[in-house]
Amino acid sequence: MSRFFDLTQLPDARGHFGPYGGRFVSETLSFALEELESIYAELKNDPAFQAEFDRDLTHYVGRPSPLYHAERWSREIGGAQIWLKREDLNHTGAHKVNNTIGQALLAKKAGKPRVIAETGAGQHGVATATVAARLGLECEVYMGAEDVERQKLNVYRMRLLGAKVVPVESGSRTLKDAMNEALRDWVTNVDNTFYIIGTVAGPHPYPMIVRDFSAVVGREARRQSLEQIGRLPDALVACVGGGSNAMGLFYPFVQDDDVRMVGVEAGGEGVASGRHAAPLTANAPRGVLHGNRTYLMSDEGGQIADTHSVSAGLDYPGVGPEHALWKDVGRVDYVAADDHDVLAAFRELTCVEGIMPALETAHALAHAKKMAAEMRPDQHIIVNLSGRGDKDIHTVAKIDGIEF
Amino acid sequence: MNSSDTNRIDRRFAALKSQGRTALIPYITAGDPGPSHTVGFMHACVEAGADLIELGVPFSDPMADGPVIQKACERALVHGTRLTHVLEMVAEFRQQDTETPVVLMGYLNPVERMGYDNFARQAKQCGVDGFLAVDMPPEEIDENAALFAEHGLQSIFLLAPTTSEARARTICHHGQGYLYYVSLKGVTGAATLDADAVGEQLAKLRELTTLPLCVGFGIRDGESAAAVGRVADGVIVGSALVGRIAERAETPETIPEALKAILGEMREALDRSA
Repeated sequence: MSRFFDLTQLPDARGHFGPYGGRFVSETLSFALEELESIYAELKNDPAFQAEFDRDLTHYVGRPSPLYHAERWSREIGGAQIWLKREDLNHTGAHKVNNTIGQALLAKKAGKPRVIAETGAGQHGVATATVAARLGLECEVYMGAEDVERQKLNVYRMRLLGAKVVPVESGSRTLKDAMNEALRDWVTNVDNTFYIIGTVAGPHPYPMIVRDFSAVVGREARRQSLEQIGRLPDALVACVGGGSNAMGLFYPFVQDDDVRMVGVEAGGEGVASGRHAAPLTANAPRGVLHGNRTYLMSDEGGQIADTHSVSAGLDYPGVGPEHALWKDVGRVDYVAADDHDVLAAFRELTCVEGIMPALETAHALAHAKKMAAEMRPDQHIIVNLSGRGDKDIHTVAKIDGIEF
Repeated sequence: MNSSDTNRIDRRFAALKSQGRTALIPYITAGDPGPSHTVGFMHACVEAGADLIELGVPFSDPMADGPVIQKACERALVHGTRLTHVLEMVAEFRQQDTETPVVLMGYLNPVERMGYDNFARQAKQCGVDGFLAVDMPPEEIDENAALFAEHGLQSIFLLAPTTSEARARTICHHGQGYLYYVSLKGVTGAATLDADAVGEQLAKLRELTTLPLCVGFGIRDGESAAAVGRVADGVIVGSALVGRIAERAETPETIPEALKAILGEMREALDRSA
């Protein structure tokens, strides 16, 4: 593989991952991003800060999460062995909490009494509301009005945790609009507010910070693979919306050239239909949104395109800039799983392994199944089981024609 | 880095300075409430005393704008107004008005999609003088600054109350035409501003640059325009105009008079306090 970039040394000083990333924000926010960058630069190598982070991950989140061999499912598929990195077993039920714990500690160090977040499926919002409750921070979560409707359970969870959930009625009423509104809040309240971004997107230094806090997943998986499989896996599979759980799993393996990595985007009604949320798979043009340059779904006039996915958490027209570079240099393959296959995978894992995955996670499972079927039984795939599916029962029931 | 004296923006500010007047800069969103009205609104602004026009390029995700300009973008996009149409509007405006500077203002992605070289070339051909993207700080403009300069398109940048002195130096170094001082933390259309505080900030900036300093955010009538006009080289009024357009969206023929009324009041207040 030809490499022009040392993938372990990114981003550059200005937050660029090759041609992607950067800091495309209104001037009012520049100082807050500079401040965050300098706080993080200091704390990143501070043993006391890292110890506090690790302690919280162990005793509050419940890490390490298990690497579970899905033996029965693997046998039924009849190909490679599938291992599940059980992020669904974390406190709050998804990988998102790893990052929010870290950013909440940064907020505390920055002396900000208020945190805000955007959320799609609600997992990041719940994780933010949770750490805010624990640290006594005021918390406001922006959520697209359509997502408020399809993720009612998480909305109520956030409210129980003391957060204010603000439904966003503008635009497509989904994740991107929630992020617009969070940015509007931040630009207004930047003096007392820390913006906890939930994915590896946004302006520099967020993609780097979220990656670093999420990478605990891959570090553990790498160690567990050596212990439990006796070697590194043949492949890693994770779903990609903004791309934080995939980044978290993949990043510590980025130099392991023999480990294939596959990111699975939301195919919606099929990439060919145009009704999807798969900018990498569809080769969307380069664009700028929410502070960074990346693959971005837009029309010919540069207006952001509407996206479609059964899962609120992947319903986003862009993708983290580091993924964009990884696609270009060929380190990671990006594919899509459509809604139909995703729902089948959701049901299959639930029935065969007794593990109900989030619909986002089911994208990774749908593709892992296809891959496994074409591999040998002595080969191994690790799938990031990024979140649990309780929050999606309402959505699946609706598809089944059941009303509670 | 100021470009040649043939640029309309530089010429206009030089003339205003020699007359001791403050620039009145209206912002309207192109294509709001429909694409056929925009050029007429621009001429109405000039008749009412506008010195420069900021023409908004509608964007689907205007994340630095408040509800008033968000809705203006939505009204414009419903009618399919895209960057190419906005450029055509400027070309049409230029058939009658060859002197009033026009700055396109908006977000980066429509330009990113069109291509910087293509955009700069077409913009200049159509008579656009400057470009201001809210999400394009000078650090990110890189080689595109040279492209714009090659076509004589000036890059206008924002300064905010939160801008550090080091950043202000960078911005002043890269800025052309004028600097847009955002008077408030917040989105467009937010609360009223404190003219004294703005004055103190501008005084500091004048030590770093000779570029004209124009102030936007929070200017809504003659009184607030005059207060800011005492300390700034120009006042920028956006949401107050766009709000009036919204009120009359169903009767667009009444909008030019409404724009003239509010801009006329501001013009008079600015000239009186000069």
